[in-house]
Amino acid sequence: MSITTLIALVLVAMIAAFVMGRGRSRVLANATGRGVRSLNSLPFYYGMLTALWCGTPALLLLMGWLAFDDSIVRAIIVDGLPLAQQQLPEAQLSLLLSTVENIASGSYPDSKQLVYLQNAAEQLLALRATSQDLLALVLFCTAIIGATIGWLKVSPKYRARVKVEAAFKWVLMACSMIAILTTVGIILSVIFESVHFFKQVPITEFLFGTHWSPQVAIRADQVGSSGAFGAVPLFVGTLLISFIAMSVAIPVGLMSAIYLSEYAGPKFRTWVKPALEILAGIPTVVYGFFAVVTVAPFIKGSFAPLLGLDASSESALAAGLVMGVMIIPFVSSLSDDVINAVPQTLRDGSLALGATRSETIKLVVFPAALPGIVGGVLLAVSRAIGETMIVVMAAGLSANLTINPMESVTTVTVQIVTLLVGDQEFDSAKTLSAFALGLMLFVVTLALNFYALYVVRKYSEQYE
Amino acid sequence: MKTIDLVNKNLAKRYRKEKLFRAYGLASIGFGLLCLVLLFSDIIGKGYKAFVQTNVQIEVSFDADYLGVNDVLDSQQMASANFDGLLKKSLREKFAVKKRRDKKLAYALISSDAGYQLHDLLLNNPEWLGSTQKVWLLADDDLDTYYKSMDNAAGGFIGRLKEQQIGWIKKLYADDALRTQFNTNFFNYGDSTEPELAGIRAALMGSLFTLMVTMVLSFPIGVAAAIYLEEYAPRNRFTDIIEVNINNLAAVPSIIFGLLGAAIFLGFFGMHRSLPLVGGLVLTLMTLPTIIITSRAAIKAVPPSIREAAMGIGASKMQVVLHHVLPLAMPGMLTGAIIGLAQALGETAPLLLIGMVAFIVDIPGGVTDPATALPVQIYLWSDRPERSFAELTSAAIMVLLGVLIIMNTLAVLLRKKLERRW
Repeated sequence: MSITTLIALVLVAMIAAFVMGRGRSRVLANATGRGVRSLNSLPFYYGMLTALWCGTPALLLLMGWLAFDDSIVRAIIVDGLPLAQQQLPEAQLSLLLSTVENIASGSYPDSKQLVYLQNAAEQLLALRATSQDLLALVLFCTAIIGATIGWLKVSPKYRARVKVEAAFKWVLMACSMIAILTTVGIILSVIFESVHFFKQVPITEFLFGTHWSPQVAIRADQVGSSGAFGAVPLFVGTLLISFIAMSVAIPVGLMSAIYLSEYAGPKFRTWVKPALEILAGIPTVVYGFFAVVTVAPFIKGSFAPLLGLDASSESALAAGLVMGVMIIPFVSSLSDDVINAVPQTLRDGSLALGATRSETIKLVVFPAALPGIVGGVLLAVSRAIGETMIVVMAAGLSANLTINPMESVTTVTVQIVTLLVGDQEFDSAKTLSAFALGLMLFVVTLALNFYALYVVRKYSEQYE
Repeated sequence: MKTIDLVNKNLAKRYRKEKLFRAYGLASIGFGLLCLVLLFSDIIGKGYKAFVQTNVQIEVSFDADYLGVNDVLDSQQMASANFDGLLKKSLREKFAVKKRRDKKLAYALISSDAGYQLHDLLLNNPEWLGSTQKVWLLADDDLDTYYKSMDNAAGGFIGRLKEQQIGWIKKLYADDALRTQFNTNFFNYGDSTEPELAGIRAALMGSLFTLMVTMVLSFPIGVAAAIYLEEYAPRNRFTDIIEVNINNLAAVPSIIFGLLGAAIFLGFFGMHRSLPLVGGLVLTLMTLPTIIITSRAAIKAVPPSIREAAMGIGASKMQVVLHHVLPLAMPGMLTGAIIGLAQALGETAPLLLIGMVAFIVDIPGGVTDPATALPVQIYLWSDRPERSFAELTSAAIMVLLGVLIIMNTLAVLLRKKLERRW
């Protein structure tokens, strides 16, 4: 039986247990002669309790089984192999086992494989079948025993509601722990692989080296595969593109927010604000396509010659400009919230002293809103640094150490994608370097977010 | 000099500045909206042509002896019949070519799929066997691009076409043997190296399965977490950590979630690459913070008086939550969930890292079939050199944006229709 069927069966058993537990509580209640009122909790809770007793142990068992099933089967198979094969190094052994796997699934129907491999394959199939049958049996027994315990616990005095509510609370808490687990998972995965990387490449070379060329040479005479991991060109490229993006997004976003919150009438606001926010909802791959087929050729063909410059076909400027457009609504809606939070009394005071509206905004509202705006801008910067698809499509792959926006640069995210897409071995420095870059990206964006959220939070408390 | 004179002296200048400042604001908004219009018109202008395909009318004689078919309903005979050869023969006759090089040029005008098309045509019209028929066949993408751009002032886009081929195309055009019809392949096929046979069906189904996994996992978990944090969690340091953590996760770049997926789901748990299941898991982790935050806001908006009233007549905590708070907060939560899912649908970077970038021809049938997603398909096509693929990419983007607009409109409508204000 497949796992899905087993889970479905457990769920069906839980429903049955629910009906039985609820029924028993009603029967017991009627036996006392005072009806449902003689029960401590409503019949629903007795039903839920029985269902939980039936399902929880069974599902936990299923999870445990799935986690250890494969490794136990593997150990038995390895035990059955000839002694010479058992003592092979780990990598060769797993190759051998995958051959066994392939024979078992019928991938080599007519080949003359070694006899011990064929035997192992048969054993594997037999073990799998046994494991499946055993699992079904054990699950069945657990569910029945659990349901019986739950069913026996049903009595008018039993405080079923308290128990069920406690279980409910635990489930909710487990769900909210997933957020923590995600963070832990991220940290563990990037740190674990990065440590492997830094064993092969010194951390100082990674942080301060100015040459990036992650292709590691397989032969000694291979051209262009020096295997250098100096990430400075990537950092500079990332900062350059983010800088271009922010120099578009900050003025435009901020001025839009000011106009929308200080000048615009309600009608204008209700139409224009959502329209601007559409920009934020467009997938980044669409912006990437726009950058690569429309903006980049325009810059290379019309804009750069106009200035008497020579632009690369994958210029940092194209990627940065388009990214800036993407971030406009982000800056504007965050600033809008912040500007609206400035108390009206401050504006009234300034206007009463004879200041014009623009003077009020520049001299009173803006300084008052500044911390919040800075927070919003920092969040936008962290988004620009972590943005992937636009730069993957429009910024190019060559790690030039330059601040010329007309040239092609590469970024941290671009390198992560190019290093990890396609076939990969998890132990080569090339693949591992992606995780080291991921660690850098995570640390920087986390620090920015943390600080920005702190600033915004502190600011919003200021006027409450 | 009186103060009023001082003020008056500068007044004109100050008013000018005021006007200028206001104009800057308006210009910024104008710039934003202009970008929006530019983006949409650029994509639509490039993509609308991909929704039609060029067909060529060719005279084909369904020679029973040549095909070796005497009974059309015999599938074995039909399968072994040489329809490609028949097509080539018809093309040779049509353009009267003798030389090897010219023959090749003639064959290149028709899609490589046309042989199957002939097979299907004969199957549907058994009486054609032995007769000569004028049939419409799918054109190759080079011809397609040229024909679609023929009306331009600069003339058609030539690309890889040779002079001789252009002569033939012009003749076909003069004979009225070219027409365009709705591009059904685009919606029925998976990926292909031939632009005229490439479609988004596989990617759409992949996106659908991925999104299903995301929805099934992230909505219940997100709502449960939000209920815990709003209704149950004690105000202490641990709860604070969870809160700060969720807010930070919402701002972590999506590619980091891809790294997590590659290291944990693929590396540690040993799941297979390119599966919608893994994609769905990664996107679940990515959208959870958004869903939790919006769900919490929705729960917060339910006035405390409702909880107190329910408690007052003897409801337990769980009953208060399940019978009163949750139904009242549901519209807000659903709105948040739809917005989160729309975000997940447009997400590309994490899916690249877990290998959903494969060349998928077969339509995936479940969450454990290798698949790609619509945004990833867009990314893959945008790299292809043929001009037709640029059209297809734009068309795929139009489909993606269409779906996103529908989802967001749904969210807005839901909010307007169901949300109550107290």
